[in-house]
Formats: sequence, C-alpha cells, structure tokens
Amino acid sequence: MSTQASRAAARLMLSPAVILLLMWMIVPLAMTLWFSTLRYRLLQPGAHPFVGLRNYVFFVTDPAFSTAIVNTLILVGGVLVITVVLGILLALLLDQPMWGQGVVRLLVIAPFFVMPTVSALVWKNMFMSPTSGLFAELSKAVGLVPFDFFGQAPLASVIAIVAWQWLPFATLILLTALQSLDREQLEAAEMDGAPPLKRFWFIILPHLARGVTVVILIQTIFLLSVFAEIRVTTNGGPGVASTNLPFLVYARSLLQFDVGAGAAGGVVAIILANIVAIFLMRAVGKNLDA
Amino acid sequence: MGMIELSKVTKRFGYVEVVPPLDLTIEDGEFCVFVGPSGCGKSTLLRLIAGLEDVSGGRIVIDGADATAAPPAKRRLAMVFQSYALYPHMTVRKNIAFPLRMAGMPPEEQARRVDAAAKVLNLTPYLDRRPGQLSGGQRQRVAIGRAIVREPEAFLFDEPLSNLDAALRVGMRLEISELHERLRTTMVYVTHDQVEAMTMADKIVVLNAGRIEQVGSPLDLYKAPKNVFVAGFIGSPKMNLVSGEGARRFGAETIGIRPEHVRVSTTEGTWTGTVGVAEHLGSDTFLHVHGTGLAETVTVRVGGEIDLRHGSRVHLTPDPDKIHRFDANGLRLP
Ligand SMILES: Nc1ncnc2c1ncn2[C@@H]1O[C@H](COP(=O)(O)OP(=O)(O)O)[C@@H](O)[C@H]1O
Ligand SMILES: [Mg+2]
Repeated sequence: MSTQASRAAARLMLSPAVILLLMWMIVPLAMTLWFSTLRYRLLQPGAHPFVGLRNYVFFVTDPAFSTAIVNTLILVGGVLVITVVLGILLALLLDQPMWGQGVVRLLVIAPFFVMPTVSALVWKNMFMSPTSGLFAELSKAVGLVPFDFFGQAPLASVIAIVAWQWLPFATLILLTALQSLDREQLEAAEMDGAPPLKRFWFIILPHLARGVTVVILIQTIFLLSVFAEIRVTTNGGPGVASTNLPFLVYARSLLQFDVGAGAAGGVVAIILANIVAIFLMRAVGKNLDA
Repeated sequence: MGMIELSKVTKRFGYVEVVPPLDLTIEDGEFCVFVGPSGCGKSTLLRLIAGLEDVSGGRIVIDGADATAAPPAKRRLAMVFQSYALYPHMTVRKNIAFPLRMAGMPPEEQARRVDAAAKVLNLTPYLDRRPGQLSGGQRQRVAIGRAIVREPEAFLFDEPLSNLDAALRVGMRLEISELHERLRTTMVYVTHDQVEAMTMADKIVVLNAGRIEQVGSPLDLYKAPKNVFVAGFIGSPKMNLVSGEGARRFGAETIGIRPEHVRVSTTEGTWTGTVGVAEHLGSDTFLHVHGTGLAETVTVRVGGEIDLRHGSRVHLTPDPDKIHRFDANGLRLP
C-alpha cells in the first residue's frame, strides 16, 4: 500500500519522536563515556584532566570488581531459577479450579505492587532480623539459635527477597501461557497413556517454553540492575559479599566521590548487560519464533 | 473384543441433566454413528465412553469388563478429536509414536509400527514435519495414525471431518470407511451431519437432548423413522412433514413424505401449487412448491432434465405406500 511519497512522509512525521528518543539515550551515554575518561573526583576541585582508560583499569583491577561480576550473575541466575520453578508450580496450582480463585490470584500478584525498598525493609526488619524477626522467633520457639541471615548468607538473603518480588510476575506470565494450552491436547495425552508427570513433561512444559523465555528475558533486564534491595538490607556487605555491579558503581561514584571511576563502571555494566543479552537471545530466543 | 455396553448411563453437569439414563450396546466391529443436532450431548456421551468425563450414574462395560471407574488410559480406546489435538512441538513421527512411547515399547517396534501406519495413511513424506506445517487433511491423518498404532479395542471419533472443506470431507469419509473395512475394529463416530451418518454407519444412534430417539441401520431409519424427529433429521433434502387438515385426511396428526416419493405432473394430482425455487443439481432437480393449501412448502425431487421453473403450476401426488403417519405425540402409526 505504501508509496514512496507516503513512506517519506511517514519518516518525516516520525522523526521528531525518533530524534527525541535518540537524544534521550545518546546524551547520557555520551556523557558517561566522556566522564569515564576524566579524572573527576568530587573531593578534588579544579580541572578534570583527560586520563584515557586509566579509570577502566582502576575499576576492573579492583578486587571487588570480579566479586561484583560473580555476585551479579549469581543474583540474576538464582532469582531466575527460583522464580521460574516456583512460578510454574504456582501457575499449575492456580490453574486448578478452586473456591475463591479470584481472591487467591489477586493475593499472589500482590508482592509485585510493593515498592522494592519497602519490601526489602519489611523482610529485613520483620522477617530476617536475628533479634526481632519472625524467623528468629520461630527458631527460638523450637529451641534453635536464630540465624543471622544478612551476616551469614547475605547474597542468598538478597536473592530470596528479590525472588519474592518477581515471583508474581513469573507466575502471571506462566499462568496465562498455561491457560492458552488446548485442553484437548492434555486429554489426548491422557488417552495415549501418559500419567500426570509425563503429561507435564511432554505436553505442558514444551508449551510453556515461550512463556519461560519471556520471563527470563524480561526479568534479566531488571535483575542486572538490582540496587534498592541491597542498599536497604546489606549495603553490599559484609565486605563486598553482596555487592553487585550496580552497587559497586554506586559505591565508587557516591561513596568514594569518584565520578570518573563510577562512569567507567557504568560503561562496564552496559557491556556486561549486552553480553548477557546476546547470550540469552542465542540460548532461548528461538522459542519466541512462532 | 471391542464391545461396548452402556446401561443406565447418566451425566449431569451441576443440576443440568445432559444425558438422561441411557442404554446402548455397540457390537464388536461395528461402525456406530451418534448423530443429532448441535448441543444434544453427542460429545458428552463419547467422552463418557472414553473416560474423559465421569458418569453421574450407570455402568459402562467394555469388552465384558466393567470400565465405569477405569481411567481413560486403561480402557484401550483411541480417540480422534475434532481439533485433532496433535502435539505441536513434536514431529509427525513423534506424534504417532507417542502412545507407543508411553507404553514403553522398544524403539525398533515403535519405528516399525509408525512406518506401517504412515504408509497406510500416505504420511511417509511428512514424518519429519511438525503439525503446523501440514494441511488440514494431513493433520487429520496424523491424528488417525496416532490412534491406529495402538491397535485399540475401539476408535472414538468426535466430528473428525467438521474442520475440513467439502471436497476433502468426502475423501476422508471414504478413507475412514475403508479403514474400518480393513481393520474391522469397533468405531464410534460422532457427527451432526446426517449424510456422514447415512453413508458410513452400520448402526445409527439418533440423539436429541441426550435421549436416544432411535437406533438402527441407515435404511431402517430411512424407511421407518420411529417419530417425527427422526423423520425430519434423516434424509436429504428433509422429509416433508405436513400437519393439520392435510394430515387428517390420511388419518394421522402429522404425515411425512420424502421428496423422492412425490409424483409431479403438469395435469393432475392431489395437491396443486406453484414452483418457488428450483434447484438444478444436474442429476436431480429439487422443486420447492408452495401455494398448495398446506401450511408447509413441499419439496419434491424430479429428474434432472425436467423443464419446470419459478412460477410454473404443478400437481403433486404422494406415493400412498410411502407416506409416514405420526400421532399427536409424534410417534409413528403402524
Ligand atoms: N463441562 C461442561 N459443563 C457444563 N455443561 C456442559 C459441559 N460440557 C457440555 N455441556 C453441555 O452439555 C450439552 C451437550 O454438549 P455436547 O455433548 O458438547 O453436545 P454436542 O457434542 O452434541 O454438540 C450442551 O448443552 C453443553 O452446554
Ligand atoms: Mg460436540
């Protein structure tokens, strides 16, 4: 339908929006790149001389850097595994006809509406606190020593909190995927002699592949940049035990007032995110093709 | 082998009784067709036999053994669904082999049976495709292939041809009939299309609102419909049903006369009317005649080459031996 002229007109009309979006993206990116090559410390006033890649060398050779990379990957991977596995189980459960289905579904979605800082605070103070938390009280009630979650297992605790927040999203996506499964396929499998577990393995799970892919791709984008939960609970510690890449960038630029190193860290984070994205698209992207 | 007996089988969804108590015996090796209007409970009845729905009452005996509480997998029946219900992420080969794989059959035996079934159904070139890459007719064949490899006691078909276009439907109808001739396995076939029922069945079960109206061979139903419902349902075009004054002259509340049993003349007859629409099929012509003094339009079949058209005056005479008479309750009078 589109003629040469109408296509040209379309481009012209779209250009303001595209240019705005491009500037929205390009300007901060360019400034970050620019700052990452300067010696720019907030506590040292005066000129900001060009230092080439020295900020990058400084950021990458920092022993905290490799820990932060590993922590970032463990955090993303751990939350993905927990939310996908539990999400599938919850979706299967919620798909069963039961009394009060609507209310139960609403309750399951609820954590998604709680702000990350708030939920992290609630977990920290009301559940996981070794002195006054619910888990501590429970341990004491059965005669155990309360477990110091953020001291002993800081990264695992953060993973648990973040997984709790993202579980509703995974459940919701997987539930809709499950509901789009043709019931007759399950009945056919039943008549073909497949018991429930085999029906799950051979029919339901392949059908959910696309939903799982969507969950993985979308969650990864957000999980790479988890910050508030760490800031509120462990503050990256003890030491750097629960520091991920975004938190390291924050620590460099705003705790040590080194804008240059922080910017360099930001660029490294962008590169890491792109590596992960390429890897993921290769691994699971084909599930999105019809 | 493959005999299915239903006694007092009942099905309720909540308070709605979809199938009132019903008795039926399907003999071994028989091609039995359930036919009836949409929503009359055909699928429900088939699913009760398959075990996909639990009965609310009554007993189902398959092959001499009580199967009322048996799970579907234990009934040794294979079903072909209206939507085909193929597994979209598996190749045709894997789809057909699925029941064998679930039964734990050795791979060589699986491959042998799948190849044999594919040959019978002309699916050999498509074995490595996925269902999404097949036409409707081919998908239908895959669904049948998946059913036959198991060598079940009986096949259950739920409107298997209703998603195909008219030409393909006729072809598949023949193929399923041929399959039955060759396998001689019991087949239970659900359809709302009385042409399919008449052409394929050994035994037709006419259902209406969950009740069995009549059971019999296609010609039994054609020659001696038990009641007005069966009379109007079986046969194409429909039997002319006349009630009121026109029927009382024949000593009945309602009379039925098939279009092929009315003689047409341009000079004299019992009823006189005007041709409305004339449908020329080549071999036959169907005339819809109105203005005969009867409440209903009368459909008659005449030879293909007759030259009667819209507006022609015609005289109609029903063949007195072929008139079906029904009483006030719609039941056949002797
Ligand atoms: N799962 C169900 N729950 C409630 N009512 C149902 C269910 N399945 C079928 N019915 C009802 O039972 C009747 C018969 O349905 P069905 O057997 O599918 O008819 P057919 O196959 O003859 O068109 C319909 O009125 C339908 O609404
Ligand atoms: Mg049906």
